[in-house]
Amino acid sequence: MKIAPNLSPAKRAPKFEDGSSLRIPSLQILNQDGSVIAGATVPDLSRAQATKIYSDMLYIRMLDERMQSAQRQGRLSFYMTCTGEEASVAGTIAAFQPQDMAMAQYREHLVLRYRGFTTAQFMNQLFGNLDDLGKGRQMPVHYGSRELNIMTISSPLATQIPQASGYAYGQKLKGKDACTLCYFGEGAASEGDFHAGLNMAAVLNCPVVFVVRNNGYAISTSCAEQFATDGIAPRGPGYGIKTIRVDGNDILAVYAASVEARRIATQEQRPVLIETMSYRLGAHSTSDDPSGYRSKQEEQIWRDKDPIQRMKNWLIAQCWWTEESDTDLQKSYRTEILAELKLAEQRDKPPLGDLITDVYKSVPTHLLEQFQELEAHIAKYPDHYSV
Amino acid sequence: MANSTVREIGNEPKTSKMNLLQAINSGLDIAMATDQRVICLGEDIGQFGGVFRATSNLQKKYGNQRCFNTPITEQGIVGFAIGLAAQGSVPVAEIQFADYIFPAFDQIVNEAAKYRYRSGDEFNCGGLTIRTPYGGGIDGGLYHSQSPEAYFCHTPGLKVVMPSNAYQAKGLLLSAIRDPDPVIFFEPKAIYRASVGQVPEGDYEIPLGIAEVVQLGTDITLLGWGAQMVQIIKAAELAAADGISCEIIDLRSLLPWDRDCVAQSVTKTGRLLISHEAPLTGGYAGEIAASIQQHCFLSLEAPISRVTGLDTPFPLIHEKQYLPDYLKIYEAIVATCNY
Repeated sequence: MKIAPNLSPAKRAPKFEDGSSLRIPSLQILNQDGSVIAGATVPDLSRAQATKIYSDMLYIRMLDERMQSAQRQGRLSFYMTCTGEEASVAGTIAAFQPQDMAMAQYREHLVLRYRGFTTAQFMNQLFGNLDDLGKGRQMPVHYGSRELNIMTISSPLATQIPQASGYAYGQKLKGKDACTLCYFGEGAASEGDFHAGLNMAAVLNCPVVFVVRNNGYAISTSCAEQFATDGIAPRGPGYGIKTIRVDGNDILAVYAASVEARRIATQEQRPVLIETMSYRLGAHSTSDDPSGYRSKQEEQIWRDKDPIQRMKNWLIAQCWWTEESDTDLQKSYRTEILAELKLAEQRDKPPLGDLITDVYKSVPTHLLEQFQELEAHIAKYPDHYSV
Repeated sequence: MANSTVREIGNEPKTSKMNLLQAINSGLDIAMATDQRVICLGEDIGQFGGVFRATSNLQKKYGNQRCFNTPITEQGIVGFAIGLAAQGSVPVAEIQFADYIFPAFDQIVNEAAKYRYRSGDEFNCGGLTIRTPYGGGIDGGLYHSQSPEAYFCHTPGLKVVMPSNAYQAKGLLLSAIRDPDPVIFFEPKAIYRASVGQVPEGDYEIPLGIAEVVQLGTDITLLGWGAQMVQIIKAAELAAADGISCEIIDLRSLLPWDRDCVAQSVTKTGRLLISHEAPLTGGYAGEIAASIQQHCFLSLEAPISRVTGLDTPFPLIHEKQYLPDYLKIYEAIVATCNY
């Protein structure tokens, strides 16, 4: 048992460390034009998986565009896009197995798409209708699916981080070839739960992979106002966690890092931290307007680094993709999304009884009484309370 | 008092003399022995067995993967335990003092309590139990004395349990651990060693949500929970010498609470006194009083009386004056009966 920290060789002068010596470089494999950087190793990725990853990124871009418009048309109360960060999410989830639990923040709906969440399921949640797995209880984009091993999203930031450590510990006790994948943003990393979760994961050797999407902004607060250091990655070694930083707009870099991260988590039974460097091209949510806090020029710099365009360039260079197939796919996604949107907004809302179920496993007497009073009141004024 | 609920056990069980801590330890031991999924975690609970020794020998018996120390991070302990429960384990997390539960407030109130509801029952953390010692009487001052139960009783999705003696502690703890919803289990640390009684050595459960009528009476109903029951019973003895017959109810579970039991008693006695150590304003007595006056309005002979701590932080030097002790309860009984 280690009693005290290892002592470094003694110093003879009072020189302080400020972390500036710990500059963590970013892994990059692809240039924006789709060519491979000299000396970089391309990860083993089949044509089938590469095109699936790309198609899912494209799908989410189409979904985000359509649903953002739907919100502006007043058909939807709220929406959040993943625009600009598609590779950070697709490249990570693609390296994991279906038995791995994924716990996300709220900008990672690509995880659901990758595991087979259907367009109808997205729409049912967004419109909180009868077929929403969450029974219409949460705001739009709070998806979740037991079948797909994707934990239901919760609005409070960073709460999923210590939970992911605990979930992974449970997987480890069961001796499964499984780990937990946990996403959060660089802003959420300022929460106490970040420290709690990473420290516990390291001390208790939990097979969990933390992915911090550094997208530059927490609503309007830029990185410069969020932390004084070089991003989040330098914190990893402080906890004793193996850490890597990647170009989050480079699908091959994200994927290569994630494959190795999963191997470390499951085989070495210890946590890993990945920081994906990217940019939130859209607003924080439909309730936000970035023009008040950042410039169009800054946005353009990142638009030119579009992760979807970069992957498409690479796929075309591989002769695995064409502009024609791209156009066709976009068209078919748009058609499908619009059709399901129309169906979902017309579907009935969940029954009133869902108001009181699932608070507890069984409905307690006091809650049943409150509900009966409510029903009697609504029966008196049915028009006022109609959904 | 300790033997008053033996009726809840089926056959004559083999019992032995235990204090409340030993009963907790025995309950944890049985929970871990009967269910491989049960895991104990918290600060200093491993080899050391916890600062009060509630988890003594559990690590030795079940290994350091199922009973282990955590770093000092209450929000981490509860968050970690929620993850364990969601994964299918049955975590029993210890928060060393209830005064230190507040860093975990978000994880308890926003996460554990809402896990099942917000996911439409796709996920739940019902296996979670949080054990924590609460209450004054140990010269603990502001931060080793608080009774924070009301904060949690205000949160749908949680169950809140507070045993008052060794027998209850073990039976209620086993129920809490096996309950399908997250439970906060407040342990009365002032009587951890003082409360001694015959406790079955084997496995038994006391159902949650059901109060215990400790003593039948006709003039006034006295209601409390946890360590406060000691003061209430003592006050009832003083009142009996004056010819006042007190019915005593130990609530045991605060959320959900056994309103029918209390209402039935108050309908009979016409008077109710509720006592807790926590401050008056926003205390759980207020909720009970409101509910009982609604259900027993025509039976009430006097205003419902609350004997509680003052609306101050928990004091140190003036702890004795602050606490709602048996003399204050006795005076309130007399005043209520003479109203």
